[in-house]
Amino acid sequence: MTSRPKKRRMLMRMLLRSIIRGRGRTLSALLAIVVAAAAATAMLNLFVDVQAKLHSEFRNYGANVIIVAKDGQTLPANALSTVESIIAGRDMAVPFAYVVARTASGKAVVVAGTDFSAVQKLDHWWSVTAWPSKPQQALLGTRAAQSLNVSSQPFSLSFQGKSIQLATAGTLQTGASEDSRIYISLSDFEKWTGVGVSTIEVAISGSPAEINAAMQNLAQRLPSAGITPIRQIMAGEANVLGKTRSTMLYSAILIIATAALCLLATLIGWVYDRRRDFAIMKALGASSVAMNGFFVGEATLLGIIGAIVGFAFGVGAAIWIGHASFHTAVVPRFGVFPIVLVGSVFVSLASALLPILLLQQVQPANILRGE
Amino acid sequence: MRAFTYSRNSPAFRTVIFSSNPIKSGPKFKKLMFVRLVFESFRRQKRRKLLACAAIALGVSVATAMIAVATGIGDKMSRELRTYGANLVVTPQEDTLDLQIGGVNLKPPTDGAYLKESDLSNIKSMFWANNIVGFAPMLPVNITLPKQGKVTLVGTYFSKTLSFGKQSFVTGVRATDPWWKVEGAWPNDDSGDVLVGERLAAKLGSRAGDQIEIDGTEHRVSGILSTGSTEDDQIVAPLPLAQHILGRADVVRRVYVSAVTKPEDSFARSDPKTLSPDVYDRWYCSPYPQSIAYQLQQAIPNAHAEQIRQISQTEGTILSRIEGLMLLVTLAALLASALAVSAAMATAIFERRGEIGLMKALGAGKTSVAAIFFVEAALLALLGGSAGFAGGAFLAERIGKLVFDSQIGISPVLFPIVLVIAILVTFAGSAVAIRRAIKLDPVYALRGNA
Repeated sequence: MTSRPKKRRMLMRMLLRSIIRGRGRTLSALLAIVVAAAAATAMLNLFVDVQAKLHSEFRNYGANVIIVAKDGQTLPANALSTVESIIAGRDMAVPFAYVVARTASGKAVVVAGTDFSAVQKLDHWWSVTAWPSKPQQALLGTRAAQSLNVSSQPFSLSFQGKSIQLATAGTLQTGASEDSRIYISLSDFEKWTGVGVSTIEVAISGSPAEINAAMQNLAQRLPSAGITPIRQIMAGEANVLGKTRSTMLYSAILIIATAALCLLATLIGWVYDRRRDFAIMKALGASSVAMNGFFVGEATLLGIIGAIVGFAFGVGAAIWIGHASFHTAVVPRFGVFPIVLVGSVFVSLASALLPILLLQQVQPANILRGE
Repeated sequence: MRAFTYSRNSPAFRTVIFSSNPIKSGPKFKKLMFVRLVFESFRRQKRRKLLACAAIALGVSVATAMIAVATGIGDKMSRELRTYGANLVVTPQEDTLDLQIGGVNLKPPTDGAYLKESDLSNIKSMFWANNIVGFAPMLPVNITLPKQGKVTLVGTYFSKTLSFGKQSFVTGVRATDPWWKVEGAWPNDDSGDVLVGERLAAKLGSRAGDQIEIDGTEHRVSGILSTGSTEDDQIVAPLPLAQHILGRADVVRRVYVSAVTKPEDSFARSDPKTLSPDVYDRWYCSPYPQSIAYQLQQAIPNAHAEQIRQISQTEGTILSRIEGLMLLVTLAALLASALAVSAAMATAIFERRGEIGLMKALGAGKTSVAAIFFVEAALLALLGGSAGFAGGAFLAERIGKLVFDSQIGISPVLFPIVLVIAILVTFAGSAVAIRRAIKLDPVYALRGNA
């Protein structure tokens, strides 16, 4: 009669031996688990991260919130610094001030004062031949340049009796109302007209909830201003993001399901193939609890190793895909790991138990005879 | 061993044994025997074959579906990106400068040139007419409201049915600006009803169903409009009303066009006048924003068409990002399904090393054993690949329906490509296992301890 610890040691030994002796088939089963776990990890990681990545891509559309003074007045002088302190480094704000000025020949034109370096960062679609770099330089909208016929020589503009001498730095093309305006730097503009900022365009990145919170914050600090979301930008973003996310979701489900099913098929084959081991152990008098424990232990071990290796590969794949498509790294989500681990152990167990339950009803002699 | 039971008395068995016999090992006989071996293996090991076949079919169907989605997503997404509104604008060539600040039009009403409304239906006669999702003409006029003073009234199409030749189509702001929200009802394009912007409505205290006096006559306010933009301070009315106020028939100030376009590249930016006829045709027949703008200019006399860069340029960026993402996900999916198929094949062959040992013991050469297994693998790949392709087409269609509400088509050209890839992957997956099985000493293989 063998004692319990001896029995356990025997079981352990068989477990290890069977894995070492059957390297080839164990490795191919392990490969299947690794692939499945890696695919699941990569897809889950990407799916979680893609939303944040796309939100920042959507900021290419420029501002999504606009702050305007109520009833045609100007915003308080400290409005821009207040806005900047709220959005602090994360997002961008660009001030605009407008007047209608007259050229020397008496034509009316809208002149805008702004912060060129901020505009350059926020409005990527502005096609500009050369940005103004010195004071008293102006950026002319293409239609304004054509209509005013002031291509290279300096020109003057007047507003309420005060006039300013400007040199052309370059032209601007957007296809929208900017084309009929003249842009100068905000400091030149305020010195010349004495009119302050009337509009601040703000690009707030993040989910709709985060944007709402930021807007409420802005509204509290600037009670005299009207703060409105630019619906065109917000609605478009929500729609496209939603579609991209659902496409990613269905792709993830497809890929993970296939990987899991292939894993199931491979493992069932692997266990079924070892029916001789099973039969020999049974013939030698192993209890069915010990037998089940043996196969379950092996499958669990395989599942755990596969999940760990697969997770590492999957995170690598997700980082690479994120880097290649968004030029910024995807942050590895370790929260995904338990899901992958539980999933791969579960599938391994399921595929190990299924053939065992079938085999248990067969006489060992039949299996050993090769039937 | 099952292998013994079926081959002992068969002619195939004898041929293998006596393969050195010059009489019975003629090329014809060998061929027959080969076919028979493969056939028997399929007939007798249905479970194994089915499992391998299912693995291949699964892998191929996911690969096919992902390829279809990745190639179709550009087109689908660019239609979704149309929710951002018009990406092209058509203005009169001789237009004067806009004088617009914060949605208030400061331009004198007599100033500037107009386009003819009757020319607009030409838009649907263009080469890329099917890519035009919609267009909306705009005619801003200044009016004076009793309480409020000067207000801009914009005349436009809401959802107007136009006919061009025998075809008719519906267009207007409801197609080009899907983010416009109306509390109440949209006005009919033939009626005198108007929409009042929400900020203006708050000042006037008007609500849906009220009457408003415009230019001396009473008009019904059918709804309150909210756009989050300049229209919130304006009145939006059917085009004939604005034309009536202006006193000029058949005019519009500008037309916003929403078109499905292809992201711009350096070829798109070339000047059509400098291109040779061949290259010009290629440029003209690509749905770039530039070439559609060029065609709009041809369709509408005295017009200048331009892309609205904020929308069209950014669209290109977003589109290429999403396409790139899907492409890489597809690559990852292809790799994963290739590895899964390989693992399935490797196990399937590993199970059969006894059989391989038997064949070798009976005198079969390495090449003939390998040939048998490769032919089997190819047959499996063809069967599984065909089933997988059908499954993949179905999956792609489901995804298209679920996500985009439209079909994602799959090109039949893909079928042979997918089959070839399936065969290659199956071969690659089997190769290592077959090599190892062949190298194995038949004695060990037959004794069952590999």
